[in-house]
Amino acid sequence: MHPAVNAIISVLLGIFTLVCIFPFIYVVIISFTSEESIVRNGFELIPKEWSIDAYSYLWSMKEQLFQSYGVTLIITIVGTVISVLMISFYSYAISRPQFKYRRFFTFLAFFTMLFSGGLVPTYIVVTQFLELKNTIWALILPLAMNAFYIIIMRTFFLKSVSESILESARIDGASEWRIFFQIVFPLSLPGLATIALFSTLGYWNDWFTALLYIDEPSLVPLQSLLMKIEANLEFMRQNVDVSLMQQSLFDTIPQESAKMAMVVIATLPIAVSYPFFQKYFISGLTIGGVKE
Amino acid sequence: MKRILGDLYKNRIWLLMVLPGTIWLLLFSYLPMFGQVLAFKKFRIHPDGFFASVMNSDWVGWDNFKYLFSTNDAFVITRNTILYNLVFIVLGLVAAVVTAILLSELVNKKLSKFYQTGMLFPHFISWVIGSYFVFTFLSTEFGLVNNVLGWFGKEPISWYSESKYWPFILIFMSLWKGIGYGSIVYLASIVGIDKTYYEAAMIDGASKWKQIKHVTLPMLKPLMIILTIMNIGRIFNSDFGLFYQVPRDSGALYSVTNVIDTYVYRGLMNLGDIGMSTAAGLYQSAVGFALVMITNYIVRKVDEESALF
Repeated sequence: MHPAVNAIISVLLGIFTLVCIFPFIYVVIISFTSEESIVRNGFELIPKEWSIDAYSYLWSMKEQLFQSYGVTLIITIVGTVISVLMISFYSYAISRPQFKYRRFFTFLAFFTMLFSGGLVPTYIVVTQFLELKNTIWALILPLAMNAFYIIIMRTFFLKSVSESILESARIDGASEWRIFFQIVFPLSLPGLATIALFSTLGYWNDWFTALLYIDEPSLVPLQSLLMKIEANLEFMRQNVDVSLMQQSLFDTIPQESAKMAMVVIATLPIAVSYPFFQKYFISGLTIGGVKE
Repeated sequence: MKRILGDLYKNRIWLLMVLPGTIWLLLFSYLPMFGQVLAFKKFRIHPDGFFASVMNSDWVGWDNFKYLFSTNDAFVITRNTILYNLVFIVLGLVAAVVTAILLSELVNKKLSKFYQTGMLFPHFISWVIGSYFVFTFLSTEFGLVNNVLGWFGKEPISWYSESKYWPFILIFMSLWKGIGYGSIVYLASIVGIDKTYYEAAMIDGASKWKQIKHVTLPMLKPLMIILTIMNIGRIFNSDFGLFYQVPRDSGALYSVTNVIDTYVYRGLMNLGDIGMSTAAGLYQSAVGFALVMITNYIVRKVDEESALF
């Protein structure tokens, strides 16, 4: 290709890449700007006055922060384990020719992709029938399955776990459970890793189920804490035990920079880790179409 | 009867495997589907629990729907939902394919990888974070855009109360979050194209542009069709976070930011109007279902290979 064309393409794509990551860099800069500087000059690209007040301010209310971090970690870990197990059992079973009712159960899952129960009936079922409101399970169970992943994994099992591999194990008298955990599971790691990562990301970034089902402050995950941060900064400030001593540290409450510091600490784990596991997301796209 | 029991017993291991998932599907998908009948009822909580509440609520026929469609809201939310989605589908497809082709043509493969990683970043963050990103630009007091306007002696704009800018902002943000992922989907497909096609084209003297037009694009066509059908089937659904978080739930912007999903949510949580918001949700599910079936039917007529099912 002509070098000039290549240069133009590089620049264009470079600009778009910058647009994608610039907001995060900008937020990091703002979080290190002194509050006075923000009030006087707004959010600047190169602040006149740097400061770590926002972070020391968040440190002074670390209880709620750690609590929310803990809630997010628990729902992410427990949720991912539950969904990977549930999805892989289900999709493995419906991918096996020996399973007489596989068509029925495939349809049972597939139909939920076509017609949904809707938000309000789901809300009523979760709050009034299952009575999960303000429990940790309200953050875990509603996100645990997804028909789309089942269909993807079913195609994956059909393609990558052929019956001929399992035949010899069956002849040796291994039980189906043993075959599943000792042969199928290791063979399917790429597919399972993809589902696990989709699921992890879904739980980590979830705020919607918390918005619906959680009022209790001790169960608020990180993303929802961030969402209600204006109200929460005020709330947490009133709950700082050593408020007098802490207050004297800050001439003004670093409200704006503290918000951005929260954004930074909620985003950082993802920002530093996704480049390492993005290849699974990409391979996940190619493992399964919907059709047999 | 005996045969059925025998079959069940023979399949017991597989049935046990699908059991947890089936319970989940029944509780979180099929029970709510049954709950959709509340669209035709006036919901009253009954002390004997969920089923008693649903069964004992009085039938009101189509009243909830009549009420929903008697207001201007039904029109506004349907219009917003469909128009935004149409723009997202068209621009999203074009932008993703163009970006994918550009990425594949880049000579420096290391640079291409770096760009891909950077472009994927928005895909991995939540709209809560995304809304703060937007806020750093659009905050009336502190935002970058108003600062820049200030340098040129222009008046600051109160972004979160001026609805006329929001269609553009929302479209921009949707593309911002989606292009990276979308283009990598297409890039994976471009990488998989057999190189001999390009070699043959080059021997025939085809220019780069001709190669893209006659090899790359035709090879991407099936994927473009499948992804577009799936998007058309979901044209009545919206990305809730984009329309709720990014405009910071600002009431002044509802005329251009309210979509069916946000309307149902607000009907439930702010107004507590179960009947009407269930009706709006059923309207969404039913039309969505019809759209998937119709699009798939048409695609199957035209090109059976590309149909979804």
